[in-house]
Parts: sequence; structure tokens; C-alpha cells
Amino acid sequence: MIEVGTVIPERVFKIDRATLKKYADASGDQNPIHQNEEFAKSVGLPDVIAHGMFTMALVGKFATDWAGGSGTIKEYSTRFTKPVVVPANKSVDLIVSGVVGEILPSGLVRLDLTATSDGQKVLGMARAIVDVNGKSK
Amino acid sequence: MINPDSIGRSFAANEAVTITQSQIDAFAAAIGESDTSIAPPTFAIRISLEQSQNFLTSSEVGVKWDRIVHGDQKFEIKKPLKAGDQVLCTSVIENYKQMAGNEFITARSDLAVNGELAVSAWSTLVVRA
Repeated sequence: MIEVGTVIPERVFKIDRATLKKYADASGDQNPIHQNEEFAKSVGLPDVIAHGMFTMALVGKFATDWAGGSGTIKEYSTRFTKPVVVPANKSVDLIVSGVVGEILPSGLVRLDLTATSDGQKVLGMARAIVDVNGKSK
Repeated sequence: MINPDSIGRSFAANEAVTITQSQIDAFAAAIGESDTSIAPPTFAIRISLEQSQNFLTSSEVGVKWDRIVHGDQKFEIKKPLKAGDQVLCTSVIENYKQMAGNEFITARSDLAVNGELAVSAWSTLVVRA
């Protein structure tokens, strides 16, 4: 039974430099702040940071896996509040969780999503509106 | 600062972009998605952000792309994109404000397939002072 307050179990996505390279190639976003440590530091960042859109994509995957597939999402929005810092030679955890925030009159479900890395919330007001009709009960 | 005359003006791509299966496969693989029959929800950014970059950095608007930080992002998906779709993208600066010397530009991109709106994407881009 899905109701306001239903919690989606937390999940951890691992991000490292190799996953960033893969996302850069797949998305076409080759901004060096996501790959080149020297460049990232030269523009005042602590280290290489993940693409905000990569974080958004992973959180979207979390939402659509719960809702029943990647075609279930009707609206999806977020603010990028803090960067996910990705040092060399190690992977960082992106911890994602969610809760049903509202059931709309149309039957669509609004998920309120949270993503943290290194103890910091990296997304603000992350919300997905999903169609749960195809969800396995 | 951007050319104020550009706010609210529509910029249409010169030609449609065709989505290939290998683009969807690569994007899905990068985020761990196994269903490649449709494009993942945020795949549209590939098209919308490139289009935004093209028009925002044109001499008519005048944004310096290396000053840009992505502030927020929204998608409305009427119909998921899939391989073979020919996407025509039209963009407009829907909102513009200045705060503490930074510029906040909200660019909306409408991605149409066969003349029908499939995905709308809003990107708020912050041009740092």
C-alpha cells in the first residue's frame, strides 16, 4: 500500500573517477572539473566533482526502480546545492533515500528524494512525480 | 551581463537531432539502467543543454560558458525518448534575474518528436560574477 509517508528503502550508489568518465562520454559533458583534478583545483574546487546531472540521473534511477521502470517518471526536478567530491583512487558513496510526499488527484505519486555524500545533502528539493500503476505490488 | 533583448526570444535548432540506440545504451550503462528500450529520464539533457549552450553563447546573447554553474534542473516528460526519434529542440530564456552580481538564467528547452512535444527541460544556469 502506497500512502503519504511510505518510505523507499535507502540505497547507496558508488561513484569514482571511472564512473564520471563514463557519464561524461555518455552525456557529452566533458567539462574538465569532472575529470581533471588540477583543473578543478585551479578554479577553486576542493577536487574533481561529479556532474550534478549524474547525481540527478542516479537519484532518478532510484525513483524509477521503485516506481516500476524508467518510463514511469512524468516530472523530475532538483536544485544542485553541494558538489559530490570525488577524490582519486577511491569511490565515494551517494546515499539516496525517498518518501512519498503526496498522492495527486490524478493518482500520480510525488516522491521527495534525498541524496547525501560525505554527510552533506547534495540535492535540494529533489522531487519526482511518478506513475505507479505498473509497479509490482 | 547578457543582452536583455534576448530574454523571452525563441531559439530553434537548425535541424533535428536523431537519437541512436548506442547513445541510449551508453547513457543507461553509465547510470546502471538495464532497460534500453527507452531513454532514461534525464537523457534529454544531452540535447537540451547543448542547445542551451549554443544559443546562450551566441553573440546575440553573450554568455561566457566557463562562468556557468548549474543551479537547478527540471524535466517534464510527456513521452520518453527512444532510438530513431528525430528531436527538434526550441529554447527560450524564460526567466532572468541578477542577485549579488551573479546572473540567474532559466532556459527552457522543448524537445519535439514528429511535431509533438515529448520532453520539456528547464535549466537554471548561474553565471558567476
